[in-house]
Amino acid sequence: MQDYYEIRWHGRGGQGAITAAKILAQAAYLEGYQGVTAAPSFGAERRGAPVSASTRIATQTIMVVSQVETPNVVVVLDHTLLKYDEVTSGLVRGGWLIVNSWRHPKELALGGDFNIATADATRVCSSLGLIVAGLTVVNTAILGAFIRATEAVSMASIEKAIRERFSNSEVDINLAAITQTYEITKLEKIK
Amino acid sequence: MARKASIWILDGNRAAAQGVKLSRVQVIAAYPITPQSPVTEKLSEFVEGKELDAQYIAVESEHSALAVCTSASMVGARTFTATSSHGLAYMHEMLHWAAGARLPLVLACVNRAIGAPWNVLNDQQDSISQRDTGWIQIYARNNQEIIDSIIQAYKIAESIYVPVMVCYDGYVLSHTEMPVDVPAQEDVDRFLPPYKPHTILDPANPKNYNLVTLANPRVNAEGVLCHGYMELRYLLQEALQNSRETITTVGREFGELFGRSYANMFWENRLDDADVVIVAMGSLAMEAMVAADILREAGHKVGVLGLRVFRPFPKADVAKALKKSRLVVVFDKNISYGLEGATCSEIKSALYGNSVRAVIRNFIVGLGGRDVKARELVDAVNKSLLSLKEGDLNEEYPEWICAI
Amino acid sequence: MGTRDCRHICGESSPAVGEAGKTGEWRDSFPVIDPEKCLLVRQNKPSCFLCWLYCPDAVISKTIPIQINMEYCKGCGICAQICPAHAITMVREEGLCLDETG
Ligand code: SF4
Ligand code: SF4
Repeated sequence: MQDYYEIRWHGRGGQGAITAAKILAQAAYLEGYQGVTAAPSFGAERRGAPVSASTRIATQTIMVVSQVETPNVVVVLDHTLLKYDEVTSGLVRGGWLIVNSWRHPKELALGGDFNIATADATRVCSSLGLIVAGLTVVNTAILGAFIRATEAVSMASIEKAIRERFSNSEVDINLAAITQTYEITKLEKIK
Repeated sequence: MARKASIWILDGNRAAAQGVKLSRVQVIAAYPITPQSPVTEKLSEFVEGKELDAQYIAVESEHSALAVCTSASMVGARTFTATSSHGLAYMHEMLHWAAGARLPLVLACVNRAIGAPWNVLNDQQDSISQRDTGWIQIYARNNQEIIDSIIQAYKIAESIYVPVMVCYDGYVLSHTEMPVDVPAQEDVDRFLPPYKPHTILDPANPKNYNLVTLANPRVNAEGVLCHGYMELRYLLQEALQNSRETITTVGREFGELFGRSYANMFWENRLDDADVVIVAMGSLAMEAMVAADILREAGHKVGVLGLRVFRPFPKADVAKALKKSRLVVVFDKNISYGLEGATCSEIKSALYGNSVRAVIRNFIVGLGGRDVKARELVDAVNKSLLSLKEGDLNEEYPEWICAI
Repeated sequence: MGTRDCRHICGESSPAVGEAGKTGEWRDSFPVIDPEKCLLVRQNKPSCFLCWLYCPDAVISKTIPIQINMEYCKGCGICAQICPAHAITMVREEGLCLDETG
């Protein structure tokens, strides 16, 4: 258990990056971390437009209220966002970049000094029918890849958080998406 | 201490709404504005779902929202409204009215910048601009303090008949989730007695309230010498002057019941041995503690004074707390144009006539949502320390941390 | 002795005769009623009473015929304006030096 995580989420408006940030904060609290915060990037949000969010997880109460500058985990819900420099900006050496992509981490050829995890969460969600208003909702699924890569929280805590946040009818499909994504996550660690 | 509570992960707006619900508010009137809207949405859900036995009155403007609360309070209801920025500015007239009528309203101000130009993000210009309306102003550093302050606000307001504004930073707190200990209803009920109005409109005993009041006192029809306008203003000032006692007592009682004490007018962080003190208000006081950590590691004796109650301003307490300091660095998320940050002026006035000879530096930060990072606060303190060494003791105007 | 003894904390008064002072002294013209025209008198039953309702100083009695307390009538003329039967006319007070020509 690492003492302190700063996680930045990148997605497009409607993909649920903010919800993912919040579920993770809740799960981390249930896991036993004293300090957790989850925040959207402040300002206007439009469907389809790039958005970001952040989660902070710590063994002690969090005092920092400014925005995440040097994340140790970056989660990308839509791989097309990788073309923007700000997505990996500040990602610390040895941190994790987690991408919703069918590609193998090596194929992303990003060449940074961070670890990369990929999982085709979109495929998992479409096969499960996790689609809202025409968009595959990958925000919960990608949590599977997050757990697999970082081991920051357990599957049990994520499951509890999902049960607290979703209605009964939505729980099973979301949990299935998380587990399946966990299974297919490919990891590539830097030397 | 029979304490039942549970930790919820809440954003600031939902923490505020929970505080209002636990305070058993009876009349809510509000007009949605970013970033306050989720408070009004949550409260209307509570009322709709019969979780809160209150009248939710839809209005066409903030001015009307406060007019509704004022009237409802006058006839004996506990009221709540919330707003931000332009909404608060639009309430300005009614803010004066509510305080002048001595109605114990509680208002949540979700701090946001004011146009022009348009900006929906955080600074504290909105509530600072309402400084002289006769309201008590309390600023929260985090979401726990939002819910706690709202519950205490009712007790304070209703004890001394002065309205209370609970201010918290837009987005930085309003939209950021964090763990919040939500008190149990029965504990809040024990803490907060029902509202007893000082005036009740009663057809059997008709009265005129807040009538035309002339410059001089006058004898009324019953032969009693009644206040003129100026005596009523004096009483409002007297109520705020004396409110420190009520605010700290209520804060102490809250602490006894809920385990979180608010017995001081501001938060002290490592002031005991500090000769350099950072002053900040609202969530910035949290970030300031991170900055103080960094500065301590570099060998400086740095403490933080987190302003909590801005009106009444705790002059004597502040002077005492800053007694040992040689440098006070005040960060303001507001600007009193042509002078300096508003809290800096207050700190200076608190120190006047005392033996405290600290150098005071003022930095304007975080306007219109500009992120304020601990390292920037550290840089500002280091710069101030350097200017100390150079003997440059007096600076007429504040410095801005911006790209100009 | 100060004003604290009134024990008010906001502006407050009870409705009472003379609460606003001797308002009759403000008058520059006064209302004159022609009972022949007043609907109350003509019908001899409580009906119209619009003047009673509208008088801002509550100095018109709810009687038939109506009576006006000239000690407090401030001469605003609202009763004359509101009367549907034109039974009230406003007449200048004599001897006042308010006239620009006089
Ligand atoms: S309405 Fe005016 S003029 Fe008529 S009786 Fe009343 S005070 Fe006098
Ligand atoms: S308003 Fe005219 S008609 Fe009506 S009661 Fe008065 S004087 Fe009579």
